[in-house]
Amino acid sequence: MSKPIIEVHRISKLYRLGATHGQSYKVLRDVIAGAFSRKKQDSLREFWALQDISFDVQEGEVLGVIGRNGAGKSTLLKILSRITEPTAGEITLRGRVASLLEVGTGFHPELTGRENIFMNGAILGMTRQEIRSKFDEIVAFSEVERFIDTPVKRYSSGMYVRLAFAVAAHLEPEILLVDEVLSVGDAEFQKKCLGKMGEVAKGGRTVLFVSHNLGSVKQLCSKGILLDRGKIAFEGPIEEAVNQYLANNKPASSNVQFRDLAAPFGVDDVAHFTAVSLHGSDGNPRDSFVIGDDLHIRVEMAFRQPVRIVQFSLIIRSSAGLGIYHIVSPDRGFWMQNVSPGKYVLEIVVPDIALYPGKYTVGDLWMADANNCKIDATSESALFAVTDGSPLINRPLNHSHGMIHKTAEWEIVTSDLVCHEERAL
Amino acid sequence: MRTDTREITRAGIVFMNELVIRPKSKFVSLDFKELWAYRELFLFLAWRDVMVKYKQTAIGVVWAVIRPVLTMIVFTVIFGKVAHLPSNDIPYPLLTLSGTVPWQFFANALSESSNSVVANAQMISKVYFPRLIIPTSAILSGLVDLGISFLILMGMMAWYRITPTVNLLFLPLLVLLMIACALGIGLWFSALNVEYRDVRYIVPFLVQLGTYVSPVGFSGSVIPEKWHLLFCLNPMVGVINGFRWSLFGGKEPLDQNGLLIGALITVLLLVSGAWHFRRTEKTFADII
Repeated sequence: MSKPIIEVHRISKLYRLGATHGQSYKVLRDVIAGAFSRKKQDSLREFWALQDISFDVQEGEVLGVIGRNGAGKSTLLKILSRITEPTAGEITLRGRVASLLEVGTGFHPELTGRENIFMNGAILGMTRQEIRSKFDEIVAFSEVERFIDTPVKRYSSGMYVRLAFAVAAHLEPEILLVDEVLSVGDAEFQKKCLGKMGEVAKGGRTVLFVSHNLGSVKQLCSKGILLDRGKIAFEGPIEEAVNQYLANNKPASSNVQFRDLAAPFGVDDVAHFTAVSLHGSDGNPRDSFVIGDDLHIRVEMAFRQPVRIVQFSLIIRSSAGLGIYHIVSPDRGFWMQNVSPGKYVLEIVVPDIALYPGKYTVGDLWMADANNCKIDATSESALFAVTDGSPLINRPLNHSHGMIHKTAEWEIVTSDLVCHEERAL
Repeated sequence: MRTDTREITRAGIVFMNELVIRPKSKFVSLDFKELWAYRELFLFLAWRDVMVKYKQTAIGVVWAVIRPVLTMIVFTVIFGKVAHLPSNDIPYPLLTLSGTVPWQFFANALSESSNSVVANAQMISKVYFPRLIIPTSAILSGLVDLGISFLILMGMMAWYRITPTVNLLFLPLLVLLMIACALGIGLWFSALNVEYRDVRYIVPFLVQLGTYVSPVGFSGSVIPEKWHLLFCLNPMVGVINGFRWSLFGGKEPLDQNGLLIGALITVLLLVSGAWHFRRTEKTFADII
């Protein structure tokens, strides 16, 4: 058994944040003024993003890192990428690392597509030689051949993201770290992305995926690590890791205020979900419904920075964690546009929640820009129950027969009568 | 982060045999091997800064000409004609231009580098590369402007029929000293600006002050002896004086003490700046 390509040994990471604006930098003027006044120093908020994390990754393994928001997934990836340093512990890497933490790092609007490919490639760690040899492949994948020599500021956001992803997708490191950049762009391109990621995952490369997209993670990964509040809660086959995650995140109520676990700061602080609650058609909060009722989902969000376009999605799951409805806002042509900073409440109306009696959750809230690049995702979910007593149903519903209530149109279209005698019924 | 590497370097990227990531110890080093390995990225960033600067302004190249020329005219009128300051037999416009050319490079380098790290926050929080590259490439991107202003200077010297002497050979050394000086201060400011965001507002003020406290519009030889030491604490004094000495063949005497003091201070700033930068760079991604 050869040595593991990644050895993580007792890694811990402590963050200290200033309490005033939640920002982490100071202003010299305030520091000097503070030295003169007797004002009490702002208490620094301290928290351990990672505590005593240890695990090994063998060469060629595709590992999924999952967990709630604030569990430490992105922090772990940042430490592995050497972007931030651990407070304690040691990591041994036995291969070249490339990190894909966002698409388009280093892209500049004034440079042409061609120039940005070289720029972005260099930033991601490719040599000029490597970029030149892969140039045609990258351009073909991105489907922007015609505009490769125009400044990127003239690109549509879709073209921009396709080009950015194309460069990143052609990285060939021994170890690849990916943070939520699984499939971007429009529906067609997203398929290409997942296909390419699948190729990468099967190509013998060692890959670490951090994602909230449990479906994709199960598809691409063989092994999974579940992080919970900075510690490893589970390490093993990906199926089990996902099940454990869903089991651990059973919601308690239909009205959930999100815990401020580890709010992002700095450049990552764009927008967050802050609460989700369930209501009936009359607008009152409700946690139980019957077949035929409309389910009103209210999602509260806070935007810290202006955003051009936002799309949303959520998943309604059974109590066993099976995804039933994946509700996506672009399906109904809904986007928020030119959003200014502030608080918003979004209401999603699911007409006729036609589920068999039982407990269900509304969760996996996801908000992204026009190209499906993540803005925020949350693992919080709200619980609701479907009970008997619907005026539409006049028979018992058997759970082993079905999960979703559907009626159909019934009609005889042909008949072949055997007896020609008229029969009185 | 202290990283122990046993490595094979492959054209620009470190091909790591084994890389160990650990919390950084108190001892801070300058990993020259790593900087060399990332030289391609460094060149790309400098190239990008230059391209962007010239693509954005319609009069980009013209601006690089107007700035030194206009400053030269204004200073010549104020310090030369109005104040009648002596110029050691050098035509006053040449005196001011020879001060303006290095000073503008220095001032530009200072303002570009002091905000460079914060301006590249996106990259710093998403990719690894030696952070020293950022302020350094910000400074070096000013070399293009320097080149253009040098051409103007050469043109003016030809106009005044000044023939260069062997002193001119020392000019590259002085340019190096100037870059080192800008780098030293730039490293300090760029690192401080990450932690204290209002530091970058000090810079325009310092540059303004420096324009008058440095011998840009006048010759250093007009400063009375009793102020000389204080005057030379400004490392650009030695640089500008050196520039004039090398360009005008000794008409401006070389202030050897001044140059020495300036060089010493430059080395101090550079070493301390690099030390401070390396010590704090591990926290950049956390507080940016």
